[in-house]
Amino acid sequence: MDKIPREDIDIKKQLKEVSTNALRCMQCGVCSSSCPSGRHTNLNIRKLVKNAGTNSDILKSEELWMCTTCYNCQERCPRRINIVDTVLEIRSISAHQGIILPEHRLVCQMLLKYGHAVPINDKYKIKRVEIGLEELPETVHKYTDSLNEVKELLTSCGFERFAENNTNEKQTTEITE
Amino acid sequence: MKGLSLFLGCLVPNRYPGIELATKLCLATLDIDCSDLPGASCCPAPGVFRSFDKTSWLALASRNIVLSEEMERDVLTICNGCFSTLADANHIIQDDEKAKEEVNIHLQKIGRKIKGNIDVRHIIEYLYQEFGPEKISSFVQRPLDIRIAVHYGCHLIKPTKERGLGSSERPVFFDELITALGATSVDYPDKMACCGAGGGMRSAMKEKSLKMTEAKLAKIQEADVDCIVNSCPFCHMQLDSGQDEIKELSGTEFEIPVLHYTQLLGLALGFPAEMLGIDIGIEKNRKLMELLDSRVKP
Repeated sequence: MDKIPREDIDIKKQLKEVSTNALRCMQCGVCSSSCPSGRHTNLNIRKLVKNAGTNSDILKSEELWMCTTCYNCQERCPRRINIVDTVLEIRSISAHQGIILPEHRLVCQMLLKYGHAVPINDKYKIKRVEIGLEELPETVHKYTDSLNEVKELLTSCGFERFAENNTNEKQTTEITE
Repeated sequence: MKGLSLFLGCLVPNRYPGIELATKLCLATLDIDCSDLPGASCCPAPGVFRSFDKTSWLALASRNIVLSEEMERDVLTICNGCFSTLADANHIIQDDEKAKEEVNIHLQKIGRKIKGNIDVRHIIEYLYQEFGPEKISSFVQRPLDIRIAVHYGCHLIKPTKERGLGSSERPVFFDELITALGATSVDYPDKMACCGAGGGMRSAMKEKSLKMTEAKLAKIQEADVDCIVNSCPFCHMQLDSGQDEIKELSGTEFEIPVLHYTQLLGLALGFPAEMLGIDIGIEKNRKLMELLDSRVKP
């Protein structure tokens, strides 16, 4: 796999920082044997923990996104390593590099536009009324001012970057293939 | 006891409105002081958004918590994902002064400020801790003589250091709330296994996520139950719609009815299925209703 193109040294530093806790790993394998995803996918959480702070290829690995964050591994780890929390931190470094799956980019676009990851549609507006609820729930769907607050807050945090189709889209395509 | 505000999240109001209605009917029947939470947004979902950017995740979660703080009420969630985000975010705000200050810089721009002075509850732990199985059973109008596979879902209890609901290996509190309604909670292998939807798996790798779901459903089917009961609309969707998706992918048919606990509780409290959004148009649920009608305890 290609090297991460930019700020490589900085990324390695970041990876090392978020993975310090994982250095305590003795590779006992309790995590992998507890992993429901690992039974059915390529996710090898033990290997991922081993490589966490040392190999920046991890940022482009599809397996990074196969964790359902069920926390079985973290609960059972005899060394009390925060495995899932570390996975989330590594995912974040990856996403900040623009490496993000197209479907996840779409979920970000939904949040920015509607304030919900799964917004309402006409079919469910009708269904709501049919069972005796109001057409729109008491959420940002009903209150424009509230939706604007959400948008303003996300802008303040710089969240738009995760929804934009940027120059790193090629990397994303590589991941999904 | 402090009053509650009902946090709807995304999937309940926008895909499973029956769960919203069932929740409201149950809360009213049990005389629980719970208001709407106008203007709330996505929690935001812990698996995806926390993965991308912790700052945005924490800020948006904090806004939802602030809305309830301003009403001087604790937040009540009916989804494990919303519970995960809001409870974790609330702990961060309460324990980490620096994080709280940073969040408030963002919140200031929309004229709000988080204090960190309320609790985040999940309806299952709330009913168990504030009512308990015995008191719940005293409200039952229609004992449900059926066999149920309970699905706890991951984020109701894990990570255990944050949740404080005891060990995640063999919990019983949810099962006790099921038996309080007259039903039997059937043990099955891999009962605590994940539904497969979380962490962004359902959105980006649906086929892979459904393999996990299929494995879980197969174990449930072997246990010969009448329905699955869950505490999370995301697990609900994966176990319910997932059955159709699996049928299309692999041809495997399950036809196991899926209910959120509030819908099951609603039935036991005497509400008809159509008022609880247990869509009788869905064949598998219609059969469950027929079965229930044939088994009414005297």
